[in-house]
Amino acid sequence: MAVIATDIHRTIDAVWRIESPRLIAGLMRIVRDLGLAEDLAQDALVAALEQWPESGVPDNPGAWLMATAKHRAIDSFRRKQLLVRKHEELGRDIETRQMSMPDFNANLDDNIGDDLLGLVFIACHPVLSTEARTALTLRLLGGLKTDEIARAFLLPEPTIAQRIVRAKRTLSDAHVPFEVPRGAELIARLSSVLEVIYLIFNEGYSATAGGDWMRPALCEDAIRLGRVLAELAPREAEAHGLVALMEIQASRVKARVGPTGEPILLFDQDRGKWDQLLIHRGLTALDRAEKLGARRGPYTIQAAIAACHARAHIPEETDWTRIVSLYDELAELSPSPVVQLNRAVAVALASGPAAGFELTEKLTSESSLKNYHLLPSVRGDLLTKLGRLAEARAEFERAATLTQNARERDLLLARAEKLPNRVD
Amino acid sequence: MRVMVIVKGDKNSEAGILPDKKLFEEMGKFNEQLAKAGVILAGEGLKPTSNGKRVKFSGATRTVIDGPFTESKEIIAGFWLWQVRSMEEAVEWLKRAPFDGGTEIELRPVYEVDDFGDALTPEMKEQEERTRRQVEKQKAS
Repeated sequence: MAVIATDIHRTIDAVWRIESPRLIAGLMRIVRDLGLAEDLAQDALVAALEQWPESGVPDNPGAWLMATAKHRAIDSFRRKQLLVRKHEELGRDIETRQMSMPDFNANLDDNIGDDLLGLVFIACHPVLSTEARTALTLRLLGGLKTDEIARAFLLPEPTIAQRIVRAKRTLSDAHVPFEVPRGAELIARLSSVLEVIYLIFNEGYSATAGGDWMRPALCEDAIRLGRVLAELAPREAEAHGLVALMEIQASRVKARVGPTGEPILLFDQDRGKWDQLLIHRGLTALDRAEKLGARRGPYTIQAAIAACHARAHIPEETDWTRIVSLYDELAELSPSPVVQLNRAVAVALASGPAAGFELTEKLTSESSLKNYHLLPSVRGDLLTKLGRLAEARAEFERAATLTQNARERDLLLARAEKLPNRVD
Repeated sequence: MRVMVIVKGDKNSEAGILPDKKLFEEMGKFNEQLAKAGVILAGEGLKPTSNGKRVKFSGATRTVIDGPFTESKEIIAGFWLWQVRSMEEAVEWLKRAPFDGGTEIELRPVYEVDDFGDALTPEMKEQEERTRRQVEKQKAS
């Protein structure tokens, strides 16, 4: 009996993951309030948890959940209207008098794409902190429950729960409308959405904290969110660019971890382990992005760089000249010391380690890179190639003190270990 | 995780009879749903086994056998590759597919990184668990 109960709960979990974004988006269209829409959806979930173990999963579970949530909504509106009327009787005229019953019979399927997109834009609204956007996006669009989000980010469940509650309050206080922005606003708001999705991906791809180098499930969630977004906004080049970038990076997941969980860097990876299906998907998405946009956006450029690696069967085949020019393009669009650092690596491979190292010299005074472990890590690498081994060792040791990731620290210390302390 | 969805062949698929227009449209809609949810990684329909070949290996000998093949239960007519969070999610998606007439579709999970190297998994899991406890302790204090 216990086994059966667990089975049905796992099924309900799965149904929830599939249906909840559409359910909440549909309810948003009716009630226009995220807190209320989510409460109604949760009520429907609770009803399912109570009833489905007895009755079995209905043939159309999505419709069942929506119908149940609508009933709750109607009940709640009737109660509120009753309350308003009582207030009026008491002489307290309240603005809410005009509150009319929303249209519960509107055909929701007609605009479900727009509703989902509206939900994406609310979850990633700039009034929210990045952490809040991330949690809300995973919850509303990814269908993840609070405990799953907490586990993914190695945070206590109450922290995530609080973030979500606060985020909903912020949205409601700011009267953020439920809509798909147009024109110039769309571009700005879309970039906030892309940022959140890529952040989730990166949290899974190079876990910033903890003992694991990667959390692949989080990568998969982010890629799925990206694909959903690209289908919802098919004319947005950067949405496809981001999907391309994530698919190509994810193609290396099996190759970038060694047998004891240690990271393996791009050039040392067994390229035979790269997932050709994901590479193919990434290149297709990149092609779509490049055909849509007159000018490549930052995600599309990064995807194009990743594609240069993906196309090279061995490291020596890498088209470094093209990569340098893509970094130039990226630096022009979004100038940042991190981009300059990556460009320096590309220059080192296109024109030799001395040229690359010289570029990193200018970056050592950048305050934003002061605690960035990849700067000393890259410098250590280039110094090794230049035969300046003692200096290289010092750089690797410095990098090891800066990284937050235990696996990466081990790798950096191991590289330092191999080098002499001082030149004899 | 990835799941392979295997569609078995029958008399019609072996005769090269394509599904009727209605089923074709419904299948198109289903595929669109899968794509919109970011689930579908790949999917193809296969030509009848009369177009296929088999290669039999014994010792150093390789024998090529031409189709058609008769053991229809073993014949695959098409497949999808899906990315889902669980087998249950795959089952729930499959239930939405427009098949009928007693068709049986098979779902098979694909081996993932975590399925290899049993020795490392418990250690890594333990370490992750340790980190989590630490973080929680820090947050609590």
